[in-house]
Amino acid sequence: MSDGATSSNPSVGALNARFGDAVQRTEITSAGQDVVFVNPARNTEVLGWLKDEADHRYDLLVDVTAVDYGGGRPIEVVYQLWSIPHKRALRVKCELPLDALRIESVVSLWQTADWLEREVFDLFGVTFTGHPDLRRILMPDDYEEGHPLRKDFPLRGRFSRAEQTRRALTQDPAHYYKPEDFDVGGAPAVPDQVEPTTGSEPA
Amino acid sequence: MARRTVEYTVSRNPEAGMDFRPTQGLDAAVDLPEPDIGSEHMLINIGPQHPATHGVLRLVCELDGETVVKVAPDIGYLHTGFEKLGEYRTWNQIVTLTDRIDYLAPLIYNCAYVMAVEKLMGIEVTERCRVVRVILMELDRIFSHLLWLGTTAIDVGAFTPFLYAFQERERIYTLHESLTGARITTSATRIGGMMADLPEGWAEAVREFCNTFPNTLEEIHQLLTTNAIHLGRTQDVGVISAEDAVNCGFTGPNLRATGVEYDLRKDAPYYDYETYDFEVPVGQHGDCYDRYLVRMEEMSQSVRILHQALDRLPDGPIDVEDPRITLPTKTDCMNDMESMIHHFKLITDGIPAPAEDCYFAVEGSKGELGMYVVGDGGPKPVRWRIRPPSFVNLSVIAKLAEGHMLSDLIMINASLDIVLGEIDR
Repeated sequence: MSDGATSSNPSVGALNARFGDAVQRTEITSAGQDVVFVNPARNTEVLGWLKDEADHRYDLLVDVTAVDYGGGRPIEVVYQLWSIPHKRALRVKCELPLDALRIESVVSLWQTADWLEREVFDLFGVTFTGHPDLRRILMPDDYEEGHPLRKDFPLRGRFSRAEQTRRALTQDPAHYYKPEDFDVGGAPAVPDQVEPTTGSEPA
Repeated sequence: MARRTVEYTVSRNPEAGMDFRPTQGLDAAVDLPEPDIGSEHMLINIGPQHPATHGVLRLVCELDGETVVKVAPDIGYLHTGFEKLGEYRTWNQIVTLTDRIDYLAPLIYNCAYVMAVEKLMGIEVTERCRVVRVILMELDRIFSHLLWLGTTAIDVGAFTPFLYAFQERERIYTLHESLTGARITTSATRIGGMMADLPEGWAEAVREFCNTFPNTLEEIHQLLTTNAIHLGRTQDVGVISAEDAVNCGFTGPNLRATGVEYDLRKDAPYYDYETYDFEVPVGQHGDCYDRYLVRMEEMSQSVRILHQALDRLPDGPIDVEDPRITLPTKTDCMNDMESMIHHFKLITDGIPAPAEDCYFAVEGSKGELGMYVVGDGGPKPVRWRIRPPSFVNLSVIAKLAEGHMLSDLIMINASLDIVLGEIDR
């Protein structure tokens, strides 16, 4: 990786000029991909600017994921951005120290982040503040062994095979969604606003 | 970008007498007094074992009569931990995991993974390998779209297209088998090349498929494209605007059905896709019917690409000639001690990757299929992340289905073309 090399992506220079110290450093990988390290406390500010500024317009949030390097190094939250109008890619990373795995959610900017951030929460244990529905998504709701993609998580899980089997057999998938979470059993709350689309005007 | 708006002859205009939606006029004909029955919302559970969910997917729905008020998808039943498993395997061993993620288009996954790793390691594959991988990816795009087509047609009550589509899929299965020895778990690629070169007569067999498959496609067009029931079930159902679709992360045919021309084969070309002559179909309405049309047209375009790729298929080696990456031949191993040791070292030690990261995406059959690989200088990844197109596409189902009838929910779910192996990973 070459630090401080000139990037072909104009957004990198613009970010440095606009945000100064919120951009911690920039890198270009040997495959020619631009990586920008952003202060995690200001992620929504920087990402929102990248999304809305006309010269950049990273309108597609391709991916949100995280990387745990192990050995006490900070966990990186990685945002892959793509600009459909400008055909440019940018990777934004935020480093979170292991004792403060919190970062602001970007669901208000991109709806895509909803499930992707839930997945990072589920598998890495990163808390996204302001997320509307931060629950586990791939692992069961009552999974107690931790966050599987962390480096300190053993490949076969923390519990013994017998204990895992016992828990799997006594699992009750019905309780993942309680009827109380839905408007069931009461007076209909929505029917007047919801129109069945069959028979409506063509779009 | 070459753009082709998908066209159809049937008007959406009810005044033109072409509105096939079945509820027209029924309200007026039956004028019964409203019986005083309870008006509570109902909670129903679809799946996880249900044919209409196209996999092990659970949809918890709140209904008002037959109208969907709320949908809560519950996923994770097939979670296998592929990304975690990958961290305990060498780069080449991961190839066998990739086709188990999306078993409907295994070769696209095989190719996308090794392409990302090759980009990370800075390996340039041979010209023949590039063309062969284009053939494999386009073949599996048709393979995946055919499964979607057949199962979706069944969901709206058409059984014949299912049989036609699966008959054609069977021919691609046979091509998989003669190429790799397996029908689904192909594991055909290796870093720097392929598991083996094409068997004799394989390219001609693909050509034969390309020559005859469009006839079947045309027959399916005749059965579905202007079919009144199919139109009634798909037009104006599950509509999403282009702006919302981008904000929700839609990619692939689902995004292009809304009119956004985003196709990685055109926007970020890899493997000389810019030199192939093909068009990217885009829709106009973003409903289930446009998603159907876009996928049908994509199959025709894939056949075009296949013809061109077969025409230009060059001779020459399929693997890179670099002893640090490619295994020595079996004959050399059996006759020459150094080659045997070399083979042993490559298998046991693996190929080291530099300590940096790389994101690489191909246009998969279901959307943008990205692979994010992070190396640490050793033979195993620190992190191997799959950017799952179906996972992101499925997350929008609640937004699409709310306000529709329960039967429309089945159609919307089918039209998104999901594969649960990849969603749950």
